[in-house]
Amino acid sequence: MTAQPILYSYFRSSCSWRVRIALALKNIDYETIPTNLIKDGGQQFSKEFQALNPMKQVPVLKIDGITIGQSLAIIEYLEETRPTPRLLPQDPKKRAYVHMISNLIVSGIQPLQNLSVLKQLRQENNLPWAQKAISSGFQALEQILQGTAGKYCVGDEVTMADLCLVPQVANAERFEVDLTPYPAISRINKTLLALEAFQVSHPCRQPDTPPELRA
Amino acid sequence: MTESGKPILYSYFRSSCSWRVRIALALKNIDYETIPTNLIKDGGQQLAIIEYLEETRPTPRLLPQDPKKRAYVHMISNLIVSGIQPLQNLSVLKQLRQENNLPWAQKAISSGFQALEQILQGTAGKYCVGDEVTMADLCLVPQVANAERFEVDLTPYPAISRINKTLLALEAFQVSHPCRQPDTPPELRA
Repeated sequence: MTAQPILYSYFRSSCSWRVRIALALKNIDYETIPTNLIKDGGQQFSKEFQALNPMKQVPVLKIDGITIGQSLAIIEYLEETRPTPRLLPQDPKKRAYVHMISNLIVSGIQPLQNLSVLKQLRQENNLPWAQKAISSGFQALEQILQGTAGKYCVGDEVTMADLCLVPQVANAERFEVDLTPYPAISRINKTLLALEAFQVSHPCRQPDTPPELRA
Repeated sequence: MTESGKPILYSYFRSSCSWRVRIALALKNIDYETIPTNLIKDGGQQLAIIEYLEETRPTPRLLPQDPKKRAYVHMISNLIVSGIQPLQNLSVLKQLRQENNLPWAQKAISSGFQALEQILQGTAGKYCVGDEVTMADLCLVPQVANAERFEVDLTPYPAISRINKTLLALEAFQVSHPCRQPDTPPELRA
């Protein structure tokens, strides 16, 4: 009997949320080991965690005897080994759009507004810095979606791009970014949030969600 | 696409993101036209380009067939492309005070390389993952070039240094090198 996958996750981490959505969509049972990025100076800095993921970041997934860091690498592995339902279109050009949008968020926006970067700035600069990173990225994304979006980011099926979008919009809201200039992003986000996989994986419903933030 | 159907690459000679794509095009023997642009918005979208090239021009392969090895390739590629490069690219550095640029960039690169060096202990053969050139190697070499530009001491990273040196000897990594591009300034030309 194969062991259940183990996900190291923080309830509020947008990167962890991407993977939680994938696991939910693909109906994969897993165990969560909550890793608090703030408590005890950040549990991701412990020796044990560092041995697990030298990048000292969540999410990390232990599955099939391997340990994978980086949310997109995890999602791609799940896609290749548990292909139903698909998270990447079959058409290479549509796949390219999915990868492009996913990477725009995952490399172009999120790293610039994550905790470890904000900690290096002066406290009073955190909000404007994060807002700028998100707005520039969303401005570009809104434009791209004009050409790719149907019901969702790329056409009418949920893809990896949608898994990246929703958590990033949640971050935008947390940083008080005005979303009025991004109607396509807002519409798609709202449509996705109605889906079960996006709800069960939501930060407000995790094992480590603090009581005051629980749904 | 040009009239003949040749791909067009908008590239900046010094951009590590452009260099990754140029290596892929060289490895796959794809003729292309370069439009030099120094307003490239970096952001890891070059991985999307490389994946598209891999799917539509599959020889030679840049991703292993084995899903676990592929996972390592994606993990290393994303570590560099999301975890290091965005933090030290020009648009970020421009937002900091000038005197903070170098330490900031060095910190981003060293933390990332420290993690990568550890990961390579488990994945590397001749190259980043096993003994074939993969997308991870296309990400590594340009990032090492950035490290050198930011005067990062590479002594703590012997695996990174060894693999980088091995890769730089390959033709695709040479023809695509920043010092040999249409827009390379004369003083930096090979």
